[in-house]
Amino acid sequence: MNREMAFFLNGTAVRSTLPPGTVLLDFIRRDQRLTGTREGCREGDCGACTVLLGRLENGAVRYRAVVSCLLPLAEAESCHVVTIEGLNGKDLTPVQQALVSEGGSQCGFCTPGMVVSLTSFLLNSRELQSDEAITAIEGNLCRCTGYVSIRRAVEKLLRQVRPGLQAAPDRLAALCGLGILPAYFPAMPARLSALAAGAPREPGPGKTAVVVAGGTDLYVQRGSELPEKELRLLSRQPGFSGIWPSAGRIFIGAATTVAEIMESSLLAAALPGLAACLGRVSSTQVRNRATVGGNIVNASPIGDLSVIALALDAGIGLRGRGRVREMALRDFFLGYKKLALRKNETVAWISVPLTKNGVSFHFEKVARRQYQDIASVNSALGLEMAGERIAAAHVSAGGVAPVPLYLRAASAFLIGKTVSPALVREWAAIAETEIAPISDVRGSAPYKKSLLRRLLFAHFLDLFPGRLNAGELP
Amino acid sequence: MKQNDIYFHARGESLFTDDLDDFPGLLHAAALPSPLAHGRIARLDVEAARRMPGVAAVFTAADIPGENQIGGIIPDEPLLADREVHFIGQPVALAAAATPLLARRALAAVELEIEELPAVLDPRQAAAENLLISPARTFACGDVEQAWPACSLVVAGRVDSGGQEHLYLETQAAVAVPGEKDTLRVISATQSPAVVQRITARVLGMPMSQVAVEVFRLGGAFGGKEDQATAWAVLAALAARRLRRPVKLVLNRGEDMRLTGKRHPYSSDFKIGLDGAGRILAYEVTYYQNAGAAADLSPAILERTLFHATNSYRIPNVKATGISCRTHLPPFTAFRGFGGPQAMFVLEAAIFQAAEKLGLDAAALQEKNLLSEGDGFPYGQKVKNCRARRCWDEAVSSFDLAGARARVRAFNVANALSKKGLALMPVCFGISFTSTHLNQAGALVHVYTDGSVSVSSGAVEMGQGVNNKILRVAARTLGISQARLRMESTCTQRVANTSPTAASTGADLNGRAVELACAEIRRRLLRLAAEKLSSADAAGLAIRSETVWLNGAATDLTWGKLVQAAYFGRVNLSAQAHYATPGIHFDRTREKGEPFAYHVFGTAIVEATIDGLRGTCTVDSVRAVHDAGSSLNPLADRGQAEGGIVQGVGWMTLEELLYSPKGRLLTDTLSTYKVPDIRTAPAEIDVRFLQDAPNPAAVMNSKAVGEPPFMYGIGAYFALLAAMRAFRPGQALPYAAPLTNEKVLAWLEEK
Repeated sequence: MNREMAFFLNGTAVRSTLPPGTVLLDFIRRDQRLTGTREGCREGDCGACTVLLGRLENGAVRYRAVVSCLLPLAEAESCHVVTIEGLNGKDLTPVQQALVSEGGSQCGFCTPGMVVSLTSFLLNSRELQSDEAITAIEGNLCRCTGYVSIRRAVEKLLRQVRPGLQAAPDRLAALCGLGILPAYFPAMPARLSALAAGAPREPGPGKTAVVVAGGTDLYVQRGSELPEKELRLLSRQPGFSGIWPSAGRIFIGAATTVAEIMESSLLAAALPGLAACLGRVSSTQVRNRATVGGNIVNASPIGDLSVIALALDAGIGLRGRGRVREMALRDFFLGYKKLALRKNETVAWISVPLTKNGVSFHFEKVARRQYQDIASVNSALGLEMAGERIAAAHVSAGGVAPVPLYLRAASAFLIGKTVSPALVREWAAIAETEIAPISDVRGSAPYKKSLLRRLLFAHFLDLFPGRLNAGELP
Repeated sequence: MKQNDIYFHARGESLFTDDLDDFPGLLHAAALPSPLAHGRIARLDVEAARRMPGVAAVFTAADIPGENQIGGIIPDEPLLADREVHFIGQPVALAAAATPLLARRALAAVELEIEELPAVLDPRQAAAENLLISPARTFACGDVEQAWPACSLVVAGRVDSGGQEHLYLETQAAVAVPGEKDTLRVISATQSPAVVQRITARVLGMPMSQVAVEVFRLGGAFGGKEDQATAWAVLAALAARRLRRPVKLVLNRGEDMRLTGKRHPYSSDFKIGLDGAGRILAYEVTYYQNAGAAADLSPAILERTLFHATNSYRIPNVKATGISCRTHLPPFTAFRGFGGPQAMFVLEAAIFQAAEKLGLDAAALQEKNLLSEGDGFPYGQKVKNCRARRCWDEAVSSFDLAGARARVRAFNVANALSKKGLALMPVCFGISFTSTHLNQAGALVHVYTDGSVSVSSGAVEMGQGVNNKILRVAARTLGISQARLRMESTCTQRVANTSPTAASTGADLNGRAVELACAEIRRRLLRLAAEKLSSADAAGLAIRSETVWLNGAATDLTWGKLVQAAYFGRVNLSAQAHYATPGIHFDRTREKGEPFAYHVFGTAIVEATIDGLRGTCTVDSVRAVHDAGSSLNPLADRGQAEGGIVQGVGWMTLEELLYSPKGRLLTDTLSTYKVPDIRTAPAEIDVRFLQDAPNPAAVMNSKAVGEPPFMYGIGAYFALLAAMRAFRPGQALPYAAPLTNEKVLAWLEEK
């Protein structure tokens, strides 16, 4: 018998004794028989199963759109899960109405996910700009409309609701007033507080438990076996979440999501371009779950976060047996999916140094699709300048080696140099000696090799506009 | 509003096949796919699988009570592999268990040994080995051999286009439910309920009258559920019949991508000849169609390739040969355009290359050779109500082509690392099934005593809005509000012997049938009204706004009263009707005839940008003037055009199927096979319909709309080529779609 988990599904309190690793989508569709949430791919790439996951934060409920196909049921515990059925009112909501009147739904299979994503956007966006709204539905594929009518619907919706929502002191109340959320929403913080107060203390997971950070990769790879495993949710364990400064560094807990990193004012101040780079990682729904720890431990040779962190000269903290061991992230990746992680150790955090003059940072990624895709090659460069000279340099690349690659020789080469076309050419040639791309579905080895050379050039073109020009392509 | 499907879509209340689970004792089925592309089954032992937990049964070909054959055009496809396997993914065994996961786990315990045989994946190799689905066919007019010497320019080359995964968001699904007296009800996500019914009856050895097939709606299809939904429905039916329990079979995404057919890859050779004035005098082309391991719809698709060899152009001497090649890949199948896009891509590549040789923009040649009223197609039909020129001219003027060209030129002068290109794409697409017998449809309409109306047709709703169009036709014909009408599911027991909802003909054929049925009811009601109003005859009578009108004035005989009177007067309030497109015929012995009821025209202007540093492609805009006739639903037609364009752009630029040398699909997930997302789809799509363009050949002057806009996407390829050309004059360009980022970068890197 599994432990009982209590949470809210739409307006109803539910208790479940299903295995904690059960996929939330299966619980919604099979156990609760709510069929508006659809299974399109079961790998987080289509958004048809998008639901809201509301979690109590400082007395309010913070709702985020997530893909329910990659979410363990245990993550819903003490939370508020909202499906399309939980948004429906007597009439169409303004979100639904906009899609209907602009023809933004054809076969209808993807539409509920689209409605949930847009509703999440209206809950969370301060500015309510249309490009942000598009970002909110980047993860919702539609094969029928070509998205044109959906764009029209978004524009129409925002014209209609933006003035009222921006002026409103209480967004949630305003959304209820507009009929975008049903009337039961305002009572949810109190109901969730009461639920949390009465929740039994969770027994610690056993030694064989599978560590789940965000689960967005783990459930793609092992989704059918995880319901049968004991899970250890990092998000529910103390010391793995949050972003904090300490001793000249910024620490990012392993269970911190990509979305939280993008929202961090601390990181925005230290690394102004970071949030925009992370916008190229996956989709809103997945960024709301995917974590820095998961991305690193997954050790994908093209992991965007790993590549970015390497160029930020990140350190990594490994917790095991009550103590934390630290090392440079570049020493952590040993080989294909092979990590310097000992038994019983868990990645606790990564940290990036705060530098006096700040870091010039640039990230490049080329994939088949510009958004919501896995890179053919990605690369990042972090530079510290001392006047005209490069004082410190860290360059990384994904998709060109069995690991997210820290280009040691190329990084070292730059130190003390001044930027010139000749330098970049020489540098790119050194980088080329460090890589060993293979041919796969993301591109042939020669393609990846050419691409990296060009992306290295792009770093300098972006960071030092005017110093290089196109004719000097290495 | 509430009778509209979209209302329920937005609320998540529309039910798709997998959403139906209210069947006591429901079992879940899954199929074991062949792991090899070609081989002899040496051993197939399902005993261990049968003993797995939760398993009700595991079936093989030996358990099929009727004929193990699902081939439609050619009987060359077993339901379950028997002795041999011919593609990776071919179903070998079928498990039914308590859950989908247990069924799949059972299949993992099947002991299968296959002696591997060599697999052929390339259509040209298959043709060389004479591995053909059917004999080659040639459409010809004039005499190309005599024409070549008269040409001042002759260009020849090879053109390739890749396959395309449908990626309907709803995967293949079916539920089969046994009933009393040996009957079977099959709920299938199919475009072809009558085909599922016929094949189920054949495989199970039952009369068709004992098999009812019902379709509620499809979560997208695009041709991928025309023939390819059948196998899954029949497998569910087989298990249900054998076990006497309801059985559901739903493919997961990976299975759907690996096991089901896609758009046909083509490899083609062309030769085109022009005179000094730029007129195309002759065009010779050979298409090698990669049909995969079984015929499926390939012969019909190849036929449409031949019909559209000349697209929207007048070419006096043509020789087009199509060869359907049997390979060891999953059978390729229908996909929006049905072979037409592959043909048009070859001709556009030929014209682009000829224009380059002449130092002209391709648009100059395209325009010079556009079809005019009365011009003939190689298959003998002459074009009527030709709007090719009108669409072209309106596109050029309303989208300010000259201004767009100037913008592109200025951009290219100002930017060294990034270049833009522009291309025009005219389309002429024939409407009707090219197999003439399929151009028929049935309808059944009931008026109930409260005045509400039930409409059944053979059309399957898959997002194209056919149900809504049909209801508009019915409401207009009966003179009542659409709110009174209800569109029923598509069911073989209400409308029999239906043709697939395909070839863009859904509303044309079924709309007409419903119009005829409603007209019959209206005729009976007006005859009764004439009696009630003591009018001499029904000539001055009409029903408008739910009221009977006499000689232009409303009477007090409302719809409600009229229906009541009809019932008590024992007038038949139901009508069945049948429609067959008149005047079409085609003689396959001569390859001549008039196969199409009419043609759809349009012209698109496509702009694209290439980032010359990263080698990435962006399709910036697609703007089209499209001939939709007098649209039955402009919002739906616009959506069809926009959606078709983005699929076409995806096919040309982004969507790439990769196979291992052994014939295994490598791009079998959404993370490896990329379709356009909202950021990749062109940011600007502007579709304008021709005004005052009624089409007397279709219901209420409308025009079919589903497929033709797909082919505007072909313009994206040539807009990108134009952008590439702006980087490097002189360097040979690639003619192998899709034009991916990788291909563009390889070209930029060429020394």
